[in-house]
Parts: sequence; C-alpha cells; structure tokens
Amino acid sequence: MYNLFKIAIRNLMRYRRRTLLTSSLIMIGVVFVLVFVAVTGSIKSLLIGQITDSMLGHLQVHKKGYVASIDNLPLTITLTPEAVQTIENVIKDISEVEAYSMRIKFGGLFSNYKETTNIRLNGVVPESEIKTIPLLPERIIAGKYDLKEGNILIPELLAKGMEVSVGDTIVVIATNKDGSVNGKQFTVAGILESVTGPGGRDGYINIEDAAEVLRMDQREISEVALRLGDFTMLHDVYLYLTDSLSGEKNEAGNPMFEVHTWESLSPFHNISQMIDIMTFFIKIMLIAMVLVSIMNVMIMAVYERMREIGTISAIGTMPGKILSMFILEGLSIGILGTIVGNATGCAIIYILNISHITFNFGRQTGLLLQPHVGAADLLTVSVIVIVVSVVASLQPALKASRMEPIYALHHV
Amino acid sequence: MSLIVARDIYKDYQVGEVSLRALRALNFEIEPGSFLSFVGPSGSGKTTLLNLIGCLDIPTSGSLTIAGTDVLRLDRKGRAAFRGRHMGFIFQDFNLIPVLTVYENIEYPLLMVQNVPSGERSRRVMDLLESVGMMEQRDKYPDQISGGQKQRVAVARALVTEPELVLADEPTANLDSKTAYMIIELMKAMKEKSGTTFIFSTHDQKIVGAAEILYTLEDGTIVDRKEMEESDHV
Repeated sequence: MYNLFKIAIRNLMRYRRRTLLTSSLIMIGVVFVLVFVAVTGSIKSLLIGQITDSMLGHLQVHKKGYVASIDNLPLTITLTPEAVQTIENVIKDISEVEAYSMRIKFGGLFSNYKETTNIRLNGVVPESEIKTIPLLPERIIAGKYDLKEGNILIPELLAKGMEVSVGDTIVVIATNKDGSVNGKQFTVAGILESVTGPGGRDGYINIEDAAEVLRMDQREISEVALRLGDFTMLHDVYLYLTDSLSGEKNEAGNPMFEVHTWESLSPFHNISQMIDIMTFFIKIMLIAMVLVSIMNVMIMAVYERMREIGTISAIGTMPGKILSMFILEGLSIGILGTIVGNATGCAIIYILNISHITFNFGRQTGLLLQPHVGAADLLTVSVIVIVVSVVASLQPALKASRMEPIYALHHV
Repeated sequence: MSLIVARDIYKDYQVGEVSLRALRALNFEIEPGSFLSFVGPSGSGKTTLLNLIGCLDIPTSGSLTIAGTDVLRLDRKGRAAFRGRHMGFIFQDFNLIPVLTVYENIEYPLLMVQNVPSGERSRRVMDLLESVGMMEQRDKYPDQISGGQKQRVAVARALVTEPELVLADEPTANLDSKTAYMIIELMKAMKEKSGTTFIFSTHDQKIVGAAEILYTLEDGTIVDRKEMEESDHV
C-alpha cells in the first residue's frame, strides 16, 4: 500500500498545478461548509437559547389535551396536586434536569383604571422560574425581577399602549374555571421586552396571586417547564420522561400527561429546520464540487497515462493494483483538500470569534456571534470529502484497470 | 520440451465491416534459451505475433502453449499473472515509468507484480544495474538519462523477475546505430548469463545478424526460418 501511495503522490506532483487547483477547489468547498455550519450553528443555538432560556424552557409537561387548546389557556385542563406530585417524582430521578418550574397560565383583563385590555399571565414561583428560564431578568427593560406577591411584570406592548410604568398600580380581572370573576390589584415591578418581537402579551405574577385571582381551592398547575443541564440530552430526556409518564392513565384509561420539547411548542423550530435544510444542501454542493473536480482530473489522468497503464499492465500488474493506484490518487487530492480546508476553516472561524460580531434578533440586540465547529462537524465534512473522492475516482480507475494492455500501449 | 508451441495461428482484425487477416496458419516451436528474431517489412505481422506470444492479445483461432500452459484458456487476470511470472517486455519507446527512478523502475515488477522480499529485491536490482552499466544513474529519473540508457534500464526491468521469455518489439527503432548494437549485444550477453529466451522483432537489417534464429514474415505468414551461422552474426 505504501508503494501505491508513493506512486500516487508522485503522479500528483508530476501535474503540480492541476493538483493544486483541484485541491484548492475542494479546500474552498470545505471552508465554505465549515464556516456556514459554524455561523448558522451559532445563530441557531443563540436563537434557540433565547426562546428556551427566556420563555419556554427546554421541555414542558401538561395534562393531556392542554397543548391542543393552548391558545385559549384553558383552566379546565390542568394538573392536580397529585398529578404534579407524580411528575415531580419522575423529574427528581432524572439527573439531567437542572431546574423545573410550575406555572399557572391564564388569560385576563388588564386595567389601568381608565382603559382595559387583555393579557396572558404566568403565575410562577419566582425562584424556580428564574432557574428554569435564566434569561428572563435580561428581558426586563424597566424595573426589576421582583415577583413577590402583589407584583406584576408586564409586557412592553401593554406598558406603552396602556401608558403604565414601573410603580403604577393596575388591576387584573380573570374568570376561573367555574365561571366566577375575580380581580386583584398589582404593582408593576418591571416591564418585559418581547422575545420574538413586539407582539408578546405575556406577563408574570407570583403563583400565589394566580391561585388567589382564580380562587383555586387546591393548587392546580397548567404546565411544568423543565431546564436541562446539557441541551444535547433533550431528546433522551424527552423519551425517558414520555416513557415514564406514559403509564399514568386517567379514569377513562387514557394517558394523563403529554410531554413536549421546545420544538413542538415554538414556531421558531421551523426556522431552525430551514437552517438545517440549507446546511444539508450546502453539503450536497460540496459533494458535487468534489465529485466533478476529482472525476475530471482523474479522467484526464487516465487519458494522459494510457501508455503507462499499458506498460504496467503488460508487465503483469494485476487490475486490482491499477485500480488502487488511481483511487489513491483521487483519495490523496481529497485528503489534501480536506486537511487544508479544515485548517483554513478553523482559522476563519477563530477570526470570526475574536472579531466579536454581533447581530439582532427580534427585540434582542447585540447578540454575540460565536461560531463554533465541533469535532463531529470536522469529521462529517472530512468523511464526505474522502468518500466522495474515492467514489469520483472509481469510474476512471475502473476504466484504467479494465483497459486492454494492447489497446493502451498503442494509444497515441 | 519447447518453450513455445504455436499451431495454426490465425489473427483477424475487424475494421468496420471489413475483416483483415493479420496472421495466417502460423506453426512454429521455440526452444528455451533461444535468441530469436522475427523480421519482415512493415505490416508483415511481427508486432501482432509478438503481442500473441506476449499474451497481450489472443488469436482468432489456433493453439498457443507457452511454458507448458495453454495461454488461450487464461482469462484476462490469468494472462496478467502469467505475464508477470513468465515474461519480460522491452518496448520500442522504452516505456519507463516517469515518476520512478532508474532503480525503482527496475524494482517495480518485483515489488508490484511478484511481491519479492526487500533483501532479495535489492540484490537482484543491484546485480542488474551493474550488469547493464547503470549503477551510477540509479537515482536518476527517466527524463534525466539518454535513450540508450533508458533501453538498458528497460532490459534490466525485463530481466529482473528472472523470466523464461523476454519479448522485445523493435527495441532499437528509436536508437542510433551504435547504441542499437550495444543494446542488442547487451540483450545477447544477458541471454548468455541467464539462459532466458529472447524474441525480438526488427526490420533493421544491421541488427538482424545478431539473432541466432531468424523467422521471416510476409503478409502474416512465416516464409523462412533460418538458423544463423556464427559468420552471419554481427
């Protein structure tokens, strides 16, 4: 094998300029893919982080049927204290769960005593909520994260529209699941910017206040939001949680709970999928680039070296060795392009990192772009290029190995 | 026992819808250790015949036995293996591998065809480099040596596997007269040293005299077989 490699390398050196051009083309492809994967990966993880760490959490558990009616924030599809206990028992056994938060979600009327509008409210345990969605305080553009009983965090949209500012008192009025209407006065502790733009109408109050407004006899929970220590374990935890809770049935024998990852709760997941599809097509372009350039150069190599092929075939070189000789040439070009491409790609990604490039997402400004390429990405791109190099060399190499020596020797 | 036995060899080529007969009714036997030449004008069938003996091509009909093997029964891979074991080739255009040095060119068949161990390989290559007078040029590449030197290397490459048969198609055609004589003399000396059968084709009358046995071909048929006297030799 060493000798075949030696001959392959020397043949590549023989046509130095052509080898260099082909390798450069592959290198450019590899660099393009790596930088694209790193930059879009950075943007994607930042955006996912914004969605999960300031609003949704990584996973949510609801009573079965809740998510289908989530736009109405139903108070009739809630988790009883027993159900919550069941969920907590399962969660406590999952080491990957870093924090979880119980939420009572409901819709109500928001009044500044002069005007009234609607609001969506999250009744939360302040300490648990901040551990589950740690970016929540960063969304506060006025006031502070202080959700003691009697305080409310209101969305910026409402604050502006209703001309309410920090320290003002407002009234929240809501109907409970029995149809009874109740109201409570709150002090605005903070004003929240929306995660995804100016349309957000979600406010936050203490869970005790929510129970009071809704006149709950027992503490019923709309959802349990979970945060994982390692985001890459999302689907493993999801499967475990789903499996663990699937045994819990209601009186009718139907599943009692439903588990959702952030992906099925946020439309942003579609954007994330589009980024993945774009990455996939960029990789297809790389494959095409490598395939065409290596196949072209190897076809030329076979055509130019027909007499050599005839000679080595005449003196008894077996077809398999001739095949290997040409495949190794294509492989060597691929390896060269991959190594230089990986090195250049990593250097560009490093430069992008130290350049501290920022971008905006929705109302979030100054998000720092931190492109990162993992060993798995490098390996994937390298394997793609190397495998495609071999595949691209195969046809010319087969042609060379199957060539009749008498034909090859008399080729002019 | 004859090294080569050819019986009723015919070779036809199809050119479009026309069939051309290149060789017809050839019958001959060649003994081991011969130094033999096929001569004849261009188009007489010398190269075609050498291609058949060299298992590079197959006859349209007839039988051909080389070193006790019916080579017509061999498939493509079998013929390649047979060539690697039993034959050496010397080409008109030298056909050295340009990316290999003189040493590596001679070593190539041992390394890539016969998988001879390193020590034995080195011994055989060095012996042949000495024999063909190319020791000093062993690290040079083909484009750094003259035509005569290239053909010396080709002779060494053909002999390094210690074949029973070396085939040379117009081995001196691209050499000047003086060098051509030297190459033929070298081939003859190597034949004396190793006992290998040499078969070469030529239309150069000055070289013909070096052969011990001369077959004359005309229009694809052997028209004469002559065993050369010592006085005929160059």
